[in-house]
Amino acid sequence: MPVLVFLDQSEGQVKKNSIEAASYAAKVAELAGTTAEGIILGSIPTGLAELGVYGLKKIHTLKQETLDHFDAQIFAKVIAEAVSVIGAKIIVFSNNVNGKAIAPRLSAHLKAGLVMGAIDLPVTTDGFVVKKSLFSGKAFANVSIKTEIKIITLNHNSYKVIKGEGAAEISELSVQVDRAKVSVIAVNKITGEVPLAEAELVISGGRGLKGPENWHLVTDLAKALGAATACSRAVADVDWRPHHEHVGQTGLTIAPNLYFAIGISGAIQHLAGVNRSKVIVVINKDPEAPFFKAADYGIVGDAFEVMPKIIDEVKRLKGL
Amino acid sequence: MKILVCISKTPDTTAKIAFTDNNTKFAEAGIQFIINPYDEWYALVRAIELKEANPDTQVHLINVGGPDADPIIRKALALGGDEAIRINANGNDSYYIAAQIAEVAKQNSYDLILTGKETIDYNGSSVGGMLAELLDLPFVSLATKVDLNGTTCTVNREIEGGEEVNEVTLPVVISCGKGVAEQRIPNMRGIMGARSKPLKVVEPQAIDPLTTIVSFELPPAKAGVKLVSPDHPEELVRLLHEEAKLF
Repeated sequence: MPVLVFLDQSEGQVKKNSIEAASYAAKVAELAGTTAEGIILGSIPTGLAELGVYGLKKIHTLKQETLDHFDAQIFAKVIAEAVSVIGAKIIVFSNNVNGKAIAPRLSAHLKAGLVMGAIDLPVTTDGFVVKKSLFSGKAFANVSIKTEIKIITLNHNSYKVIKGEGAAEISELSVQVDRAKVSVIAVNKITGEVPLAEAELVISGGRGLKGPENWHLVTDLAKALGAATACSRAVADVDWRPHHEHVGQTGLTIAPNLYFAIGISGAIQHLAGVNRSKVIVVINKDPEAPFFKAADYGIVGDAFEVMPKIIDEVKRLKGL
Repeated sequence: MKILVCISKTPDTTAKIAFTDNNTKFAEAGIQFIINPYDEWYALVRAIELKEANPDTQVHLINVGGPDADPIIRKALALGGDEAIRINANGNDSYYIAAQIAEVAKQNSYDLILTGKETIDYNGSSVGGMLAELLDLPFVSLATKVDLNGTTCTVNREIEGGEEVNEVTLPVVISCGKGVAEQRIPNMRGIMGARSKPLKVVEPQAIDPLTTIVSFELPPAKAGVKLVSPDHPEELVRLLHEEAKLF
């Protein structure tokens, strides 16, 4: 009864957050005394077997052109059939855009208890209890899954990927695929930038930067670090920066290793989007800015004076 | 056209998070409750906009909750919902809630079912998808734009690093996020009218939850901010590099 992990892909690559989910699934399997297997739908990325290094023994594929377009209904149905063929009792997804669409459907389909946004391995000393994030990371709940089949979606950047050795066996599934009801008519991707949702390092600016013409203080540091850029709601609302960069309660929720906030006061709605970040750095000239209470490192000072020095120092360190 | 909007009661976004009863209950004392912002600002307001564009539309609201949810349901009616159903039950298992809503939704043929993309308390993001599965309907999640053209719905949905434009034939379940609509404030006429709009209370079906919350926890307190002098900003870079090992 292997642990099954859904490998979500985009443009011929398994997504980074699915790699985390795979590594997590391998550990869950190890704790349960079984093995982890993956499932991937649609085109098969090159080098798929290499995902064995994350602990997957086998990867089930279903190569069908129609599955290159996402439809949660179709995906959930195919995965449900695969679960029964494979005999999986624990199914893991990344809590990413597609995981959030498929996992609930699969849960209702299989009557399998679901925990969305897990942040740690299940504890099995008394039942099967998974810790999940609540209130955008301001609290946690320990949730007991009571059904035989269990589904977990893993919050990204919550589990450190473990890389070992080995190759996964590739196995072709034979499952009937229905016609999709949702058709994809366009994909609008922002290219040439580090995608914010998956970024490990994020540099963000707020109204304290006074205007879009000063954004080089954000983008220069981001470029030197290979980081993504973000902004506060106030900044997106006045169109200094595009809306897809807005993090906070109503924007994107992110959990990078570094969230570097320049000229953002840290209103509670903003914190809701970033407080799962591992390290928070705040640059603000107001010592009373609430963001300092949530920060790990900070400078009370004028961004226009300190940022150029920080950028120069990072460049020097990086040999740029 | 019949639209169903699922609304949930959540603590205000600025509420202080604390737990009582040996960390098994959310501390409700002194907390102001609101309509979950994603349900209200995006799902509900979009439904109302669609009704304004096509007056033949009916907007029904549904909530799973106790009588303490009535004030937020009245507010949703004041914003422009036509009638509301409250399933008289409390639960925090998404499947239990989705299955209760599905039982009611099955009896009415809704063309469009809208939910918020998640609640701001449980961050579950799951009732919409479960509801779609239980009703055997397509589901588009994390919508940023919802447009109707007759029986076809065009939905922009969030993907990593961008958006995807989907087309789907009604009926469909859609979970809504920022971009779908703009927040509105109920006007006096709406508030007065809401008092006489139907709010039907129905008893729940016997459905077993699939999960239970054993306990709640608060994150460990941060060690406190380490401040670096603005005269030596390069010291910050050193700390991030050597101590936090971020790059």
